[in-house]
Amino acid sequence: MRDKQIEDLKDYKYGFSTDIESFKAPKGLNEDVIKFISNIKKEPRWLLDWRLKAFERLKVLKEPDWQKPKYPKIDYQDLYYYSAPKSFKDKPKSLDELDPKLLETYQKLGIPLNEQKRLNGIAVDAVFDSVSVATTFKETLTKQGIIFCSISEAVQKHPELVKKYLGTVIPLTDHFFATLNSAVFTDGSFVYIPPGVRCPMELSTYFRINASDTGQFERTLIIADKGSYVSYLEGCTAPMRDENQLHAANVELIALDDAEIKYSTVQNWYPGDKDGKGGIYNFVTKRGLCKGKNSKISWTQVETGSAITWKYPSCILKGDNSIGEFYSIAITNNHQKADTGTKMIHLGKNTKSKIISKGISAGFSDMTYRGLVDISPKATNSNNFTQCDSLLMGNKCGAHTVPYIKNKNSDSNIAHEATTSKISEEQLHYCQQRGLNPEEAVGLIVNGFCKEVLQQLPMEFAVEAQKLVGISLEGSVG
Amino acid sequence: MLKINNLSAKIDNKSILQDFKLEINPGEVHAIMGPNGSGKSTLSNILSGKKGYDVTGEVLFENNDLFSLETEERAHKGIFLAFQYPLEIPGVNTNVFLKTSLNAIKKARGEKELDAIQFLKLVKEKAKELKFDEEKLGRQLNVGFSGGEKKKNEILQMSILNPKLSILDETDSGLDIDALKTVAEGVNALRKKNNSFLIITHYQRLLEYIKPDFVHVLMNGKIIKSGGPELALELEKKGYENIN
Repeated sequence: MRDKQIEDLKDYKYGFSTDIESFKAPKGLNEDVIKFISNIKKEPRWLLDWRLKAFERLKVLKEPDWQKPKYPKIDYQDLYYYSAPKSFKDKPKSLDELDPKLLETYQKLGIPLNEQKRLNGIAVDAVFDSVSVATTFKETLTKQGIIFCSISEAVQKHPELVKKYLGTVIPLTDHFFATLNSAVFTDGSFVYIPPGVRCPMELSTYFRINASDTGQFERTLIIADKGSYVSYLEGCTAPMRDENQLHAANVELIALDDAEIKYSTVQNWYPGDKDGKGGIYNFVTKRGLCKGKNSKISWTQVETGSAITWKYPSCILKGDNSIGEFYSIAITNNHQKADTGTKMIHLGKNTKSKIISKGISAGFSDMTYRGLVDISPKATNSNNFTQCDSLLMGNKCGAHTVPYIKNKNSDSNIAHEATTSKISEEQLHYCQQRGLNPEEAVGLIVNGFCKEVLQQLPMEFAVEAQKLVGISLEGSVG
Repeated sequence: MLKINNLSAKIDNKSILQDFKLEINPGEVHAIMGPNGSGKSTLSNILSGKKGYDVTGEVLFENNDLFSLETEERAHKGIFLAFQYPLEIPGVNTNVFLKTSLNAIKKARGEKELDAIQFLKLVKEKAKELKFDEEKLGRQLNVGFSGGEKKKNEILQMSILNPKLSILDETDSGLDIDALKTVAEGVNALRKKNNSFLIITHYQRLLEYIKPDFVHVLMNGKIIKSGGPELALELEKKGYENIN
């Protein structure tokens, strides 16, 4: 049966699902389920209390509705909040103990899970539904004092760090989806880079939603201590299913004095079929705090998947001279919708931010760039540069730019540039005359349009992303 | 190589070409001269595969029905059009564009694609021959290029792709005398027993440097007179109005 499913898969390369019995919490959102999650993870009391506090808060919070893409009401009582492959009840200690079916899944996804692929220079923390499957390269990293593990493991082994930083960037009370995540988060990655250490490899998490009717609520926490550097990659895929699946992650980044975090995402969740049926609701809260002076946080995202993408990776520039960057490519095709952008909150003096956003819409899709640049009265001598470009393909899609700009002191500068263009028939004809078929031509033109952002990605990711950009727009010409 | 029989073309019900006939054999250079609005660019558009025209008649390229081939398939078979107004493609590096184009054509023909090193060697060699500023190869395709540079870039692409039939649509317009000579040298270097050219131009000037085998005068969508290179000189003297 599963084989057939794989056969059927024409458009979405990652749409297979793995037949592994899973171990689930009962459906529904209530204190018992939260206790169940906390208990199964053997969490300390303070964390359970923290979750329950979030749940209390959630009861009074309303689901936001100001976004452009609308979606049918989600029944939060009809979801599973915890799902783990059954064989993981006793967690494997090494790769050899892993269920071969799981390894197969990751192979299909093209993730370098075994250590032989170390040449890739990527350490992977793979999240399969709610449990972190295997963390590779741990040894190499441990030698330098770098902690890279699942957040569940960090809770057990490094509770002082988790307790100190969890929820300091995205508070418990933040907003509906973030608070929901705080109450029920299952797993995710944890990274700590000690003072003065430059992480020698790209760290990577590969998320995958497998079980149906499962909301995935990961929680990622990355701390770069004084003078350290880390580059982190996140990739996502999900199987094809008719129903919509909710993905509400929280990602918190903290950069102390002189530290730098580079966070790159390639998001390729199942976008739904051509008629807009199924697909992931990607409602994610990502926020970075440049806590120390001279710190820097840089977000790069390539968003090609999901039925609805709704996220604003943000930077709070608290330390003096800190820098925030946001580089984004968002592509919507068929009936996909995206409302994405960033927030740059300037609090410290001499803070700088840069926003480069490239939106491409095709088919019947709809794309909104929404961004906030807020320079506080104390953030003197700060500046922001924003460039927002939209590319339209065909005449049934939409592109919107909604910048919110607040400059509260007179010696700071904000610059905003925006363009909207279409791929012209003449450009296509020119490329075709040179031997490219229409899809290759569009791929080339679009990659040119996105170049400034693609350049920000680590090399191997950039090549993948470039291909993904082409694949996402297939069938959008002619 | 190319046979055009009774080609008529309309756009928005306006007739542009009428019963147009032309035959080009391998190795021949044909020049088509005509005043503005005579249908010259329509001819190159139709041969290259641009959409939007109502076309009747027949065009055969090496015995293939041209109208059954997509634009890119025509390119794969060896038809090249040097555009009158080469397009700008922001963000796309000129080298990358050239390599993608060459390899797309090679792939379609079942030939081995060039790797980056082989390609760079080839492109540098050709750029040198055409006195094309190598630094421009690293820039975005035609963005910020002068008119002359854009035209030279077309000839550079032509010499890299080595097409069987090259159509030059007013490549000489807007060129200074040095650029004109370079373009002509590029064409002459490609001129071999099997490569043919269709040169579309207003003026006789280019033909001083590229000696055509045949010259045709196009007026109101029809060839009204054909002859050898001397016809171009006659035209220059008499003007289009008095040629018949």
